[in-house]
Amino acid sequence: MTDIMSLPSTGQEQPEQPPQVAKRKRPTTAWTLFRRNRVALIGLSMLAAILLAITFGPMIYPNNPFEIVGIPMEAPGESEVLLGTDALGRDLFAELLYGGRATMLVGVVAAVLSTAIGIMLGGFAGYHRGWADSVAVRITEFFQVLPPLLLAMVLVTLFTPSLMTITIAIGVVSWPATMRITRAEFLRIRELDYVKNDRVAGASDFWIIMKTILPNALPPIVVMSTLVIGQAMLFEAGLSFLGLGDPNTMSWGLILGNNREQMLTAWWPVAFPGLAIFLAVLSVSLSGDGLNDALNPKGRER
Amino acid sequence: MSLTAPPKIKLKGRRNMALARSRSIASRIAQAVLLLLAVIIFNFVLIHLAPGDPATVIAGESGGTTPEQLESIREAYGLNDPIFVQLWHYLVQIAHFDLGYSFYFGQDVTSLIGERLYPTVLLAGTGMLAGLIIGTLLGVIAAIKPRGILSYFVTVIALVGFAAPVFWTSVLLLLALSITIPIFPIQGMNSIIVSPHAFPQIWDTTMHLILPATALALIYVALYSRTARTSMLEVLDSDYIRTAWAKGLGGRIVIFKHALRNAVLPVVTLLGLHVGALLSSVVLIEVVFNWPGLGSLLLESILRRDTPVILGILLASSVIVIVANLVTDVAYRIIDPRIAISGGPQ
Repeated sequence: MTDIMSLPSTGQEQPEQPPQVAKRKRPTTAWTLFRRNRVALIGLSMLAAILLAITFGPMIYPNNPFEIVGIPMEAPGESEVLLGTDALGRDLFAELLYGGRATMLVGVVAAVLSTAIGIMLGGFAGYHRGWADSVAVRITEFFQVLPPLLLAMVLVTLFTPSLMTITIAIGVVSWPATMRITRAEFLRIRELDYVKNDRVAGASDFWIIMKTILPNALPPIVVMSTLVIGQAMLFEAGLSFLGLGDPNTMSWGLILGNNREQMLTAWWPVAFPGLAIFLAVLSVSLSGDGLNDALNPKGRER
Repeated sequence: MSLTAPPKIKLKGRRNMALARSRSIASRIAQAVLLLLAVIIFNFVLIHLAPGDPATVIAGESGGTTPEQLESIREAYGLNDPIFVQLWHYLVQIAHFDLGYSFYFGQDVTSLIGERLYPTVLLAGTGMLAGLIIGTLLGVIAAIKPRGILSYFVTVIALVGFAAPVFWTSVLLLLALSITIPIFPIQGMNSIIVSPHAFPQIWDTTMHLILPATALALIYVALYSRTARTSMLEVLDSDYIRTAWAKGLGGRIVIFKHALRNAVLPVVTLLGLHVGALLSSVVLIEVVFNWPGLGSLLLESILRRDTPVILGILLASSVIVIVANLVTDVAYRIIDPRIAISGGPQ
């Protein structure tokens, strides 16, 4: 059981092992496992490249995404600007550089929100079991019955569409999966010996939840939250594509929404932002897969 | 996923088994009814939570209502009554299938939704079924050779299916296969001029259906091929399959008769869980393809802030999800008798 006792740090920094056969054997950390996974590395580098582009791109690139630089719908080859202009005559490349910021931000913040809700409700349900669990599971079932995009659409409509309401709406509709995973982990871990040790030692519920169970339950939740980031970005894109986004904040979804009506005559203002979203979500989920393999080496999929 | 304690009855013989099964099915139906009630109450809360006068919310903001109409709405909905009285009236109304009146469409919401239900169900059903069949087959065949080329294909398609925005793949399909190479009609569900005979009509709708259904199926091919592959790999590793091989049974019999049945179970569970997400994708696909279903209606109503229609669609789609969950759950219990006893999958 001593093995499990030392687990809470999840391999980040393991306590010094007594010297064994090999001299100074590097501890196997999550990062060494992650590094071995070529696909995950590709995903992570792609993500890094995208983040660099949207962070520093707007500082270097001269054009403003809201400024009209040419005739509307100039094809990428024919125009002076790199990727052509959109239906409003704006520089598509500038829009892409700026738009990534809002899309990424919405994705991450919504995922944090949804993970927080999921952990709180799932932890509460899994730790206390009994009627608390029943109530929490019923609430989750209720949210699983409402189609997420439709609910987000309705929420955004009833309350004015701004970046904040969109983020909150996405966070509010996408937590059930995290809740289920957290609940399952809590149900499993609370029966383990080291939790019983804590209880016998007189630890409070709060201490057991925060210091003993949660750190051990975290790996699958972290992996889930990377999936939720991807989904949240897709949600933002979907909402904006429908024209329900925040018209004052440039995002990849907004470009799509602005050009939806013209998509059959001008393909590039829809194809490129779509590609950007695809690559961003792909890189996040590849990194998430790698994280899953690294944090959970035994459960590796064949 | 049900939390009711497993029925504590000793199972002796078939009759008790059937009893346990029908009991668990009955408790599932009761749960579904409760969920439905919760959704209705949620709808009611949304009307009152939305900023502004509930009367204008009910009328729809650009519905072109006159002050007299607003007054009649207040009267009809009893908006001056205490909130619980209002809730009661709302429930009674829903029980009579009365979802309110759309001033914009000049039609009551129930019949409006009824008209748009068929195209959505047609699209969602076709897409999901195609995704299910193709995905399961791909996954199962890929599992036979875990390192084969098809296995890599399944991995790649699973990633693409998750990461590609569905409206984006829809637009690309549309651009490729009805604009650049004009094989399929551009948008809508039917051509304007169709002969009155049945066969050309069906053919016309089918041609319109193929692209949007493909866009939808792609997601589910991605999802189910991966699930089926993983589950099939597990099943192929089990003792009874080894026994089947040892008995000298042929490959096809082992795979399709012994393994496939068990490998499909996790896929069936997913099916019910995914109906909500399915409807979400359908909304986007309908908008791209101008498909005259609930999704297009929802967007139209949202842009006009036609609240009775919006909330009606939210309710209708929840009913679809609840019914679909119930059907898969009951089907599952009938397919796999172990669940009737233990109380639910997972």
